[in-house]
Amino acid sequence: MKVLHNWLAEYVPGLLEHPVGGDPDALGDVMSSLGLCCEEVIGIGRNLDGIVVAKVLELSPHPNADKIQLVQVQAEPDGEPLQICCGAFNMTVGDLVPLATLGTTMPNGMEIARRKLRGEWSNGMLCAADELELGDDHAGIFILDPSLTIGAPIVEALGIVPDAVFDLDLTPNRPDALSVIGVARDIAAKLGLSFVLPAIDVAESGADAGTLASVRIDDPELCGRFTVRVLSGVSIGTSPTWMQQRLTLCGMRPINSVVDVSNYVMLEYGQPNHTYDLAKVPHGALGVRRARAGEEIVTLDSQSRSLDERDGVIVDESDVAIGIAGVMGGESTEIGDTTESVLLELAWWDPASISFTSKRLGLRSEASSRYEKGVDPDIANRAAWRFAQLLVEQGASLHPGELVAEGNAPLRVNVDVRTARVNALLASELTTEQIASYLEPIGFASAPTAGPDVLAVTIPSWRPDSTGEIDVVEEVARLHSYENLGKTVPKSSTGGGLTERQRDIRRLRAFLASTGASEATPMAFLAPGDLEDSGVRADGVTVANPLVAEESVLRTSLLPGLVKTLGYNAAHRNVGISLFEIGHCFARAADGGLPVEWEEVGVVLGGREARDAVELAMRIATLVGIDDVTLRNEPVGGLHPGRSAVVLCDGTTIGVVGEIDPEVCARRGVHERVGYVSFVLGGDEAWHGDVGLLSVPRSDRVYRSISRMPSSDIDLAFVVDDSVGADELAATLRSGGGDLVSSVELFDVYRGASVGEGRRSLAYRLRVQASDRTLTDVELGDLRGRLVDAASAAHGAELRA
Amino acid sequence: MTDGTADPIARTATILEEGLAAIAAAPTSEALKVVDVDLLGKSAALAQMKAAMRDVAPEQRKALGQGLNDARRALEAAIAERQAHFDATARREQLAAEQLDLSEMIVDATVGHAHLITQTREMLEDAFIGLGFTIAEGPEVETDWYNFEALNMPVGHPARSMWDTLYLDAGEPETILLRTHTSPVQVRTMMRQEPPIYIVAPGRTFRSDTADATHLPVFHQIEGLVIDKGITFADLAGTIEAFVKVLYGEDRTTRLRPSFFPFTEPSAEFDMTTPSGDWVELGGCGMVHPNVLRHCGLDPEEWSGFAFGFGIERMAAQRHGLDDIREFVTNDIRFLSQF
Repeated sequence: MKVLHNWLAEYVPGLLEHPVGGDPDALGDVMSSLGLCCEEVIGIGRNLDGIVVAKVLELSPHPNADKIQLVQVQAEPDGEPLQICCGAFNMTVGDLVPLATLGTTMPNGMEIARRKLRGEWSNGMLCAADELELGDDHAGIFILDPSLTIGAPIVEALGIVPDAVFDLDLTPNRPDALSVIGVARDIAAKLGLSFVLPAIDVAESGADAGTLASVRIDDPELCGRFTVRVLSGVSIGTSPTWMQQRLTLCGMRPINSVVDVSNYVMLEYGQPNHTYDLAKVPHGALGVRRARAGEEIVTLDSQSRSLDERDGVIVDESDVAIGIAGVMGGESTEIGDTTESVLLELAWWDPASISFTSKRLGLRSEASSRYEKGVDPDIANRAAWRFAQLLVEQGASLHPGELVAEGNAPLRVNVDVRTARVNALLASELTTEQIASYLEPIGFASAPTAGPDVLAVTIPSWRPDSTGEIDVVEEVARLHSYENLGKTVPKSSTGGGLTERQRDIRRLRAFLASTGASEATPMAFLAPGDLEDSGVRADGVTVANPLVAEESVLRTSLLPGLVKTLGYNAAHRNVGISLFEIGHCFARAADGGLPVEWEEVGVVLGGREARDAVELAMRIATLVGIDDVTLRNEPVGGLHPGRSAVVLCDGTTIGVVGEIDPEVCARRGVHERVGYVSFVLGGDEAWHGDVGLLSVPRSDRVYRSISRMPSSDIDLAFVVDDSVGADELAATLRSGGGDLVSSVELFDVYRGASVGEGRRSLAYRLRVQASDRTLTDVELGDLRGRLVDAASAAHGAELRA
Repeated sequence: MTDGTADPIARTATILEEGLAAIAAAPTSEALKVVDVDLLGKSAALAQMKAAMRDVAPEQRKALGQGLNDARRALEAAIAERQAHFDATARREQLAAEQLDLSEMIVDATVGHAHLITQTREMLEDAFIGLGFTIAEGPEVETDWYNFEALNMPVGHPARSMWDTLYLDAGEPETILLRTHTSPVQVRTMMRQEPPIYIVAPGRTFRSDTADATHLPVFHQIEGLVIDKGITFADLAGTIEAFVKVLYGEDRTTRLRPSFFPFTEPSAEFDMTTPSGDWVELGGCGMVHPNVLRHCGLDPEEWSGFAFGFGIERMAAQRHGLDDIREFVTNDIRFLSQF
């Protein structure tokens, strides 16, 4: 939303003379402090002394340059030609153009001096519109109206009034500020100036409007109020220069005298409006109803549009739709060159309805965006008078009588505001009178109630966002100024810190980084087919409204994103790198409802093999304090079918380990072996399920006494079939030794002719120790015998000689 | 070598003199060991003389005993000294032989790096922990109720358009979504836990935004929530200033400007000063809206509170001079390993 300094001043007498209000930059800050965030203040027509109207006499090529031409201009009524070097080529001989004469300081601070360009003298500068802050056009030199006087200062010739444009980024709760008067009201209140809506006095003539037109509302929810006035003697031409200039500065394109007035009134009062050619509306009869499904209308842009039952339409006396309510008028009643009389419509439409229709049809306009945020239901009468005034100034005449049909326009809301509540929330010490005095200038009328220090506040019609006491508290804070409220730090009575799970995740991250892996954060989105291509579970949730198809599936595993990332790096000749991620994964719920979500850690080890992955998996388990981890060889989706295992903790799967399937890698441009480890984190029953790497909190660990007795090692090598897992044999040895075995470690694996085909030798070192005595040689011998027997009985293991 | 009939005192002197000469002449540690045995062993001259003491006249015995002991000590000391000389030489030679040029070693100095976003997130978490906050987390897939409705945005509320929401093909259309902010974590915390509540909720959030230098469809936020008795707008302003000073330094100040969020009122944007004295916007904040408290089962007449939030990517980019936040999701190892 753009507003102009001079325009605001028309509603805030004394604004331009006010020490703050008269300084555009300072005023912009005031707007921001009120919540009307001022993003930019653009000066208009300031510092134009020295710029005059000049006539192009002759154009000739520069002898030494292609991109500059020599222009002879006349800058005084009977003056001598002046040579100017100019980089623009859009003018022809006879054009009038702005010339910055020698000694001029341009609006941007540049000083114009006589100088040589490639050996030719330049005695000033011809200007583009943006260089004069008269618009943003830099396409060429500003070609002026040929009727202007040569030598005249540009300010006088163009009737330029210095002004400033405030570019406001407004929040959706302030539809009132989508108007000059809305902004004016706020800044007047803040600066202690008065906000004045001048009386509008327009002579009426001709037949009574009631004899020329009628209006009827069939759906009072859709249309809260529908106001119609009739004007005759309209001639479609151009609007006055001053109006065109203001519209242009506010970002609207001047169209013709009627459309410009329509837009001007919308910008000024925030009330969108629409004009119909009275001659094209039989008996001037307008009605309002919901559209019928499939009903067709050709809109102003000549598009035929099919309507929905939730759209609102304006219809003529034969119930034919001639406009889409609040969104766009119809072509059949459009005003044109032959228009003589117009019907002016000013309505209050249900915001949700307009929002629905404009979204459905993809038609967002200045009008619809105001309607959907909520227009002041009580402004139509005044806006209609303003419209009439501006059109009558251009020769039209206003028929007496305002036709108003009433629907269910929003009613004024009254709220009780407790002074104690205001002060409790704002940490302020305001009196009830001070609160009332902050509210009164912005239209929040207040009256005392029976309760002491409780005000009955009436919310003004232009503030649909305000409905309760807290909304009024905000108004008080805004006008009192946030800067004037204090700064205190509340004392937390809870004591800060990380949970054990959060500390474990930090520990895990630091550990993984210490192993040389870097943390990656690929996006959680994948392209259709990515899950299948990666071999991971394919029941991914899809995004209903993805921006691009490549980002339409949620990952069910960290694997695809990490392999993609390795591929990206490989394409930049960085291979052999290790990456990890800690992130959420998602899968479809069995009942199709809220998807399943869990947190994983995944590690890819570029250029490394399964054994590195197994080692890392085991070290991770050790890190988080799980000691009963076992591996079970089995195919895992996405991994090399012969080099993959699930990681079990106490019989429950908590992760996978192995090498990524070479084909999965190759699809992503990764041509090295890639070790892979992933664990479900778990350990958070609130929303993730408990099972996982972090399911055993550190605080649950109980001290186990450490034996001070001497320990011995027993080395045992067994020959077993390949079908016997090394882990299974280890488990047998561990349980076979009872309390005496404190650790079992596989230290050698041998395959070869001496052990036979399909078999291998597994060598274990057992540390044995009693908690209360030194084991004798006899006891050690017995234990050894029991272990060999147990291995033989359970797995057919033969002790290797 | 010695004369058995000679005066034993004189003989002792001779043995000592010859012994010292032999020690000094021993060329190696091994030779010294031989000399050691020759001079001090069981069959050495001194030992034999000591054994023959009983044959010495009683009046001479004391003097001779003294002389033999002195000679023995002198020889032991000389051997130890000579041995120390050999040890020192050997050590010197070993060290010289083992000399390496450490500057020519080919080594792999690779360590992994936590992602810059995580580093920034942990720095923020630690700052808030210092102020007495705990860290709350929650799911990234949410229901419409947690993401919008509980936050004072019923279905059809115009303010919903402030967030471009990604909905999922799950449940009824437009009921299950990727959270557009971490505010649902605030709702979950309020519903689960009795006040007082002092939490920050960092995490991934999702918007239907096209990626460009300053936007990502997936990014990270950190939001704070305080609910307690008697919490005021001044507490909000003071907390913002406190954590900005912790993160950026004591010389920074902050200000609040009125703004709008459906879940807070009064609402504000917060800015901080840069070293050059300009204001830079950091995030949004406000007093928790009474409707939000009610939705979470809290009585707004009893409890009040504030919330604030800002983007972690933007803060990380600001601190490290990054001008395109897409770098955060490209995961180029040359980027990851810089921090």
